[in-house]
Amino acid sequence: MVAPCLPSLFAQSSAAGYLAVGEPAKVAGTRNAAVQAKIPVTVRVGYHVNSNTPSDDYLIPLKLTWSSTGALEGGAITYPKPSLEKYEFSEKPLSVYTGNFDLVANFKVAANAPAGPGVAVGKLKYQACSNKACYAPKTVEVSVPYQVQ
Amino acid sequence: MRAASVKPAGERKNAPEFTLKDGDGKVVHLADYRGKVVLLDFFATWCGPCKIEIPWFTEMERKNKDKGFAVLGVSMDDEGWEVVKPFLAELGVNYRVVIGNDSTAQLYGGVDALPTTFLIDQSGKIAAIHVGLASKKDFEDGIQQLLEAPSPLTSGGGPVPALAVRPE
Repeated sequence: MVAPCLPSLFAQSSAAGYLAVGEPAKVAGTRNAAVQAKIPVTVRVGYHVNSNTPSDDYLIPLKLTWSSTGALEGGAITYPKPSLEKYEFSEKPLSVYTGNFDLVANFKVAANAPAGPGVAVGKLKYQACSNKACYAPKTVEVSVPYQVQ
Repeated sequence: MRAASVKPAGERKNAPEFTLKDGDGKVVHLADYRGKVVLLDFFATWCGPCKIEIPWFTEMERKNKDKGFAVLGVSMDDEGWEVVKPFLAELGVNYRVVIGNDSTAQLYGGVDALPTTFLIDQSGKIAAIHVGLASKKDFEDGIQQLLEAPSPLTSGGGPVPALAVRPE
C-alpha cells in the first residue's frame, strides 16, 4: 500500500452543477503495488445526490466508472456510508450524500507498467435534488494522476 | 376568497407550440388542446417530487375532464417509453403523456428542475408556472379559476386573432 503523495485542492470539474469533484492527490507505487486514490466530492449546500445504493429502484445512483486507467488495474470504488435523510417529497428517509465526502478508488499497479507518470480517467454520474425539485442526471469527469516508481 | 393562483389575463404569454408522440405513437400538438385549460407537467421517472404530484394530477383529470380541462404529461426520461410506460402503469396515470426532449425543454425556458408545471388557459396562454413540488391546493385553485373565467374563445370577444395564439 502506498500513501498519496500530496494534499489536494478542490479544482477539478467544478463547473456549474450540483456536485463538484476535487483534484485527487497523486498516487504512487511500484509494479504490483496496491494504491488507493481518494477522490474528494462536494455537493452544493441545499442539495443532495442519491447514494450508490438508493432507497428505491427508481432513483439514479451515484456511480464512478473508469474509461481509462492506464498502468493501473482494477479501480473498484469504495463509497462512503450514506446518510438517511427525510425530504418533503419522500415518505421515508432516502439514502443520500450531502456536503463533502471522499470516494476511494482501489487500484493495483500493473506488473508490466512502465515507470513514469500517467492519469486514470473516469466519469462520476450523479443525480441531484433539493427538498422540492430534482435535476437531470449529470456526469463529471474524474482524473487521478499517478506515478509508477 | 381564493388566493391569486394565476396571472391576470393581460400578463400571460403564449405557451410555445410543440409536436410530440404519445405512448401509442400518436402525434400530439399542444394546439390540439386549444379551448381547454391544460396542466402541462414536465416530469421524470427518477424524480421523487414528481411522484408526489402525479397522483394529484390523475385525480384532477378525473374530476375536471368533462369541464374543459386536461392534463398533459411530458416525460424528460432519456430512456423513453421503456421506463415511462411501466411508471405510468404503476401510478395509474389516466391522462395523456408524451416524451419530451431538449428542444421542448428549451421552448419552456430550459426546464432544469423537475417537476415544472405550466397551467395554460383556454386561449393557449401560460397562466401559472410551478417549479418544483407545489401545493395541491395551488393547482386546484388555479384550475378552478381558469375554468370559471370566461373563455376568450367562447365569450363575446369573438375569435382570438391568430397572432394572439401563435407560439412565441
